Amino acid sequence: MDNPIENTGFVFSKESLRKKFRWSEFFSEKIITGVAFLSITIIVLIFFFVFRETLPIFHQKKETKKIESVQKQEQYNGEETSVAKNSAGQEQYGVITKDTLMMENQVPGEDTIVRGSDEATVKSLLGKEWLPVSDRPRYGLVPLLVGTLKITLLAILFAAPIAILAALFSAAFAPHWMREIIKPAIELLAGFPSVVIGFFALMVMASFFQNIFGYDTRLNAFVGGVAMALAAIPIIYTITEDALTAVPRSYTEASLALGASRWQTALFVTLPAATPGIFAAILLGIGRVFGETMIALMATGNAAMISVNPFESVRTLAATIGAEMAEVVFGDTHYSVLFLIGSLLFIFTFCLNALAEFYVKGRLVKRFQGK
Amino acid sequence: MSKKNRITGALFVGTTAFSAFLIIAVIIILLVVIIIGGKDTFSWEFLTSFPQDGMMKGGIFPAIYGTALLVVIMSVAAVPFGTITAIYLTEYASETSILAQTIRFAVRTLATVPSIIFGLFGLGFFIKFVGGGMDDVFLGGQLKWGQPNILWASLTMSLLTLPVVIVSVEEAIRTVPREMREASLALGATKWETIRRIVIPGSRSGIMTGTILAVSRGAGEVAPILFTGAAYYLATLPTSLSDQFMNLGYHIYIMATQSANVDQTLPIQFATTLVLLMLTFMLNLTAVIIRSRLRRKAK
Amino acid sequence: MKQPKIQIRDLTLFYGEKMALNSISMEIPEKEVTAFIGPSGCGKSTFLRTLNRMNDLIPNVRITGEVLVDSLNIYDKQIDVVNLRKKVGMVFQKSNPFTKSIYENVAYGPKINGIHDRKKLEVIVETSLQKAFIWEEVKDRLHDSAMGLSGGQQQRMCIARALAVNPEIILMDEPASALDPISTAKIEELIFELKKNYTIVIVTHNMQQAARVSDLTAFFYLGELVEYGKTRKIFTTPDKKQTEDYITGRFG
Repeated sequence: MDNPIENTGFVFSKESLRKKFRWSEFFSEKIITGVAFLSITIIVLIFFFVFRETLPIFHQKKETKKIESVQKQEQYNGEETSVAKNSAGQEQYGVITKDTLMMENQVPGEDTIVRGSDEATVKSLLGKEWLPVSDRPRYGLVPLLVGTLKITLLAILFAAPIAILAALFSAAFAPHWMREIIKPAIELLAGFPSVVIGFFALMVMASFFQNIFGYDTRLNAFVGGVAMALAAIPIIYTITEDALTAVPRSYTEASLALGASRWQTALFVTLPAATPGIFAAILLGIGRVFGETMIALMATGNAAMISVNPFESVRTLAATIGAEMAEVVFGDTHYSVLFLIGSLLFIFTFCLNALAEFYVKGRLVKRFQGK
Repeated sequence: MSKKNRITGALFVGTTAFSAFLIIAVIIILLVVIIIGGKDTFSWEFLTSFPQDGMMKGGIFPAIYGTALLVVIMSVAAVPFGTITAIYLTEYASETSILAQTIRFAVRTLATVPSIIFGLFGLGFFIKFVGGGMDDVFLGGQLKWGQPNILWASLTMSLLTLPVVIVSVEEAIRTVPREMREASLALGATKWETIRRIVIPGSRSGIMTGTILAVSRGAGEVAPILFTGAAYYLATLPTSLSDQFMNLGYHIYIMATQSANVDQTLPIQFATTLVLLMLTFMLNLTAVIIRSRLRRKAK
Repeated sequence: MKQPKIQIRDLTLFYGEKMALNSISMEIPEKEVTAFIGPSGCGKSTFLRTLNRMNDLIPNVRITGEVLVDSLNIYDKQIDVVNLRKKVGMVFQKSNPFTKSIYENVAYGPKINGIHDRKKLEVIVETSLQKAFIWEEVKDRLHDSAMGLSGGQQQRMCIARALAVNPEIILMDEPASALDPISTAKIEELIFELKKNYTIVIVTHNMQQAARVSDLTAFFYLGELVEYGKTRKIFTTPDKKQTEDYITGRFG
């Protein structure tokens, strides 16, 4: 039979069925696997390089002599709480002079001025003053930490209830067409650049809230917290909504069959069943706010002070890096301290993520699958 | 059901509805305020001209150009790597293998790392380590690559957007039916041939969505480029990878917080914000539409 | 009698801990149609998929025993699975055209075999489509998407696609289960025609179909081969009670 298909060049035989080594197959698999490792590599590299830049804080032997002379002049001890207050009441952005903004001015290897000794630096880290560019630099992280926690707390207090209730609405009560609007709209909010939210907070919300509450400091933790809540809401909403819709139908049907109304089912069955997911949502929301830089830079006032008043300015850890990294000299103490702050931020968000991942997801699986 | 019960129910449902509408209202207010604040200044000329008089007047062309260049270089780096990682996770790794789970964890971690940390990493790794190393090895210590520039800023940004690409592409690959893979393999195609000819073409829309979302993210993020390459003002456009660049988001930040006269430049700030918002809004909207179509297809 | 095309010796298959096929041995003759019947979940599809090693794709599958195709054990470590599948083609239950044109679908196999000559490809595509009795219906729209074909046409195109690789054996996994009676009749006619040149193994839950198209029938139940023999005999005077019960519709 004259069959052109039989001329395809492939003949079946013992020989043709023998295992063949295919280079393209081999390389594609190796390359793909290799590239897939990249994500892990990046995480490891981030750990390594961010930590590496903090190390000079803990051993600065070369400069010991210089430092001694500086120390003699200073004879610094005790706390000067008044200094911190100097910066209160005015809007600060960290970067002040124009030439420090132009980054061409920072040349690595330029004459390094050592402003503080290693020991003093390490000690001052636990202090209450963040004055990195004064004659006697002090790198007290406490005000930054307090500021960050304050902002985070405020933002989550605003964001969590609203986002969770909204998620409950779209998962349990909203008619289909409404859900089709709410979900994409909140997804779009997630896509708003934080600099836009920061700008909105700085130019619009700050004055708006000042008119309502009549406080003195226009930019403060409250404004920052509300703005940050806008950034955290989409995260909390999305994950909560997922958790709520993942609750097995049988749960809600059982409840409805027992005569409970829809809202009772949503509140007493669906919501509790989804708590691990909601917990994860809040954790990730906290992570988002904790590390948020641009909103903090623009809307919080950036004064490093310790206060519980939500209408005072605060300076967060992330904003401090953002504001000051551009004006430091590569490799000096201030630079290393900023990297130390970065390390803290990284470890904190890493732990939050790990917690949300292993603990919460594990519980969710257990709950629904009864393992 | 008792009356009291019904009232409680109505109140509760009302509260949830209020929360949802509050969010929508804030989104609308934000959009409206920015549009109203920026619409008078917004013009073709504003988009295409350079800033003038110490940025007190003029347009934002260099910032748009710099942003575009940034996202292009970023995408070139992030999209292939993200796509390949997604292919590994869906086609090669078994769902339960420790390696695959570790990669997934790393991807999620990467997605939650604060953007400012990427900036620090870019500074410590790309600028000081890689760039500084290149200067030492190739230029005998002369400073060229060991300082902030658009290449390092873009690469830093690509790390940030990598998870965005991976997640989108992975979702799309999963919509390619198993039957098609089987058909291809049953015809004597190898795994790689199946991926190349069936899986990747089948997930083109996902790769596109991923790219769009990554571009949108990269166009809007400012923290990672604060000290890896963005500049306050440049009289010329970047012409080489070792040049610094202007950027829309950074421009907004600088103008709103460090401008010599914040009030006078307010219209420019609003208009710049409007441009950035419109850009990211359109990109996200496109991605949302493609994605919802994809999800419907998957059902 | 000539050498059987496929010999199965003591084949056992596990999904994880669960035994899906229990020690199956049988011989499948060349250029005849062999049908596998049995209630759903009896392992007949799983068994079919062991014949071109499609089960390799499923994690946690463990297989012992031998499958010899032309006296060659395809579970031997030295066997190239990719080339094996060129020799043992497969048509699936659900028609699964690629989201490409009809032409590209049929040309897919030859192309991955390294044929890029346009003329040659055109000839192969035409011949394959003719063999699958679908050429007349699609010859004017070869470059339209295959997704636009009807279910029955899609399935015949999938058969043409399998033929284009020039296999010797064609495995069919309930090829007509999703089709209307007319399309089913066309497929059956096609099978009858194809057995002149190919060895065909078909899984079906439709006993009439098995009776119509096959020369030999194997009845599977709970992962075991209960009875295997000439189709006429199986359907008229089966040896086993279980087979008779199934054939007469008392269960399954």
